[in-house]
Amino acid sequence: MSPKGLRPKSDWRPKCAFLLFACGFWLAFPAVAQAARIGDAIETDWREQALRFLSLRDVAVRNVVLGTICMGISCGLFGGYVVARRLALFGDTLSHAVLPGVALGFLWSHTKNPLYIFIGAAAAGLLGTVVVAWIQKTTRIKEDSALGLVLSGFYAIGICLLTVIQKMEYGDQSGIDSFLFGQAAALSLEDVQLMGVVAFGALVMVILFRKELLLTSFDEGFARSVGVPVEFMRYLLLLGLTFAVVTSLQAVGVVLVSALLITPAATAYLLTDRMATLLILSACFGVAGGVLGAFVSFLGSNLPTGPLMVLACSAFFGLAFFFGPKHGLTARWARLRHRSRQVLLENTLKASYHVLEQNGFATESISIGALAGRRRVSVAEARREADDLLAAGFITLVKKGEPSPRLSQDVLFTLAPSGWERACQIVRNHRLWELYLTNEARYAADHVHEDAEKIEHVLGEDVVRQLERILKNPRHDPHGKLIPSMEDIERMAPRDHAPEPTAGYFRRA
Amino acid sequence: MRTEFFPTLDLQAVFVAPWVEMFGWNFQIALMGFLVCLACGLIGNFVVARRLALVGDAISHSLLPGIAIAFLLTASRSMPAMFAGAAVAAVLTTLFIEFIHRKSRVKPDAAIGIVFTTLFAVGMVVISRGLGDVHLDADCVLYGEIGFTPLQDSIVWFGIALGPRPLVAMAGMTLVDILLVIVFYRQLLVTSFDSGLARSLGMPVNVVHYGLMIALAFTIVAAFEAVGVVLVIAMLIFPAVTASFFVERLPSLLWSVAPLSVAYSLGGFHLSMWLDCSIAGAMVVVAGFLFLVAWALGPKGGLIHHPRFRAVFLAKSKIERPPEGSVHLP
Repeated sequence: MSPKGLRPKSDWRPKCAFLLFACGFWLAFPAVAQAARIGDAIETDWREQALRFLSLRDVAVRNVVLGTICMGISCGLFGGYVVARRLALFGDTLSHAVLPGVALGFLWSHTKNPLYIFIGAAAAGLLGTVVVAWIQKTTRIKEDSALGLVLSGFYAIGICLLTVIQKMEYGDQSGIDSFLFGQAAALSLEDVQLMGVVAFGALVMVILFRKELLLTSFDEGFARSVGVPVEFMRYLLLLGLTFAVVTSLQAVGVVLVSALLITPAATAYLLTDRMATLLILSACFGVAGGVLGAFVSFLGSNLPTGPLMVLACSAFFGLAFFFGPKHGLTARWARLRHRSRQVLLENTLKASYHVLEQNGFATESISIGALAGRRRVSVAEARREADDLLAAGFITLVKKGEPSPRLSQDVLFTLAPSGWERACQIVRNHRLWELYLTNEARYAADHVHEDAEKIEHVLGEDVVRQLERILKNPRHDPHGKLIPSMEDIERMAPRDHAPEPTAGYFRRA
Repeated sequence: MRTEFFPTLDLQAVFVAPWVEMFGWNFQIALMGFLVCLACGLIGNFVVARRLALVGDAISHSLLPGIAIAFLLTASRSMPAMFAGAAVAAVLTTLFIEFIHRKSRVKPDAAIGIVFTTLFAVGMVVISRGLGDVHLDADCVLYGEIGFTPLQDSIVWFGIALGPRPLVAMAGMTLVDILLVIVFYRQLLVTSFDSGLARSLGMPVNVVHYGLMIALAFTIVAAFEAVGVVLVIAMLIFPAVTASFFVERLPSLLWSVAPLSVAYSLGGFHLSMWLDCSIAGAMVVVAGFLFLVAWALGPKGGLIHHPRFRAVFLAKSKIERPPEGSVHLP
């Protein structure tokens, strides 16, 4: 099957709209960037500076903003695949390996011409990726060492070349240092145009090869079997990655470019499970982090841009890590806490059921003392658990017009309809699972209790139906106790008119 | 100012003059290079064996905020403060990486990338803002300046001038590393190659791991003024990997660090004499060149022993063996 055959026919319209939008964006921004003259940077107070930045009055500021937006888009999009394919450290290696190419491009053109530097750096980056692949193919050297070798070896060559260049007689060699640490303020119009081309290319590539990139990122074997050119996609991705890294060097510097690839994508990865959303979010975080970093560095004098952009991205990551709605740490913690509270409530309900069952369902009311004995906890603790049940509306306290009992253990309560239903469900889950383990999985009857204690809280209704079908609607569990059925749950009488005969298992028995 | 990239190779000026004029000065530079390679190479063998090469990279970057904050707090370049800051930063880096990777679904490689770039960025901001008159140059962080070693004030001990401060510190650190490797050789060997066995023998695997990370951090701190944070990685990885094309056993790998260090330091020194470039960079370029030679010619897995190479270039018949993992159909 050809790669084209993979794409459904119906989704061409949004794609075309997106392409048009991207084209317009690409054509529009150089015009905008040329519209005003370069403003002179004067030291003013931060309010003035903030206004200057936000109003985009200066061409320099406009260049920085446009450049960071393009950078955020290209790095964010490719970063999504970098994180999904576990290429994070590969990106780091790539960003260091382009340094000799930057220096050679400079030597070649004798000025800081972005195009020559771009070509040199891209060539060096691709050579670096090829060398890593060769080392891994022909030797026993592990991946991390191979990456480290290329990273530091290429970087050293770059450092040697740069130190030589600094001593040579070239007219315009200012700004060669900005490749090491990044200096967004030094972005020229040509730089921004190049960044725009790469961002546009990244958009086009990600949209055109959406399915292929998705398949090769998550299941290479399957991708190969349906005819996707896996190797081609891999090298296309690495090529795009190299371009994105090279154009971003100016703004963030060699060491920190990899952060722009990894951090926004990892942030997006914490927030969504879908690749398309991940890519969009990742590009947004890249843009937001870049612009925020540029803004802060613009406010303070002499603050390095690259590190601030990285810190802004890291701050977004920190927020997502701790407060992400689905995979965030607090959300996980809250889920865990809710879960354990739920389990405690259900265990108390189950114990109440056991107390009733012990009495042969002769009475409806349960004393806290009996509950404490069943749960094997102190009376005070049982009281607290009963209070939790009361708060959740699972039980009602018995009040017979007489003064409330002096001792907690004599307090009586009855199960409310919802509590009765839940208690029956839990006991049923427990006993069904015990029966399943003994009958179907051939466990010994005295080994099944612990397992059932855990599973009873997570069995859903459909699994329960399946178990009942498999076990042919059993009535007794392996220990000879009766399994509550649907009828028992439904037969529960409302507790408002109390003297009604107790509903419960005994009727069927 | 110079015009041509490759100056004509004047053998006399490059190879003889440095050792005739200003012998003491140049000897100190070469010795510093040798000590850096030796100390890093010893630790590096274990780092490579544990597949921690890129964790080492991360630690070397994230030491920066530790050192910078230690500078800020003590307002001086006192060695103990630097080592303390570095140790804290190294342990924090490994803990952060573990934490992010354990507590979320972010993969370990991305966690490494996030942690070290963030910490490095913090360090860069601190350096650019707060250090005032204390010298910690940003360029120095990235590629070091080994040539300034003899310029530093000398340490005098019991009336004997031992040498410039960085050189003495590096020598002390090298000695400590050698002693550590000798004393804890068994523990390092077993935990690096078979952590399951080490655990079953009752060895404190985690203690050894964090001890190694701290030793690594200390070595990097002592070395980074000379070679910078990125080139330290080269010194960690290159000796171990290059030697592995010639020998296989760990003691031989450790011994071969010494001759390789001599080659790196002298080769780099003379290369930089010729090209007039960064000495540390030149040392790594030499290391890279020696690695290429070993990769091509090494008796243990070099390219000339690769079956495909032999088939193509030595006109031997192709080995009739199906590729690994393929199923032979009748």
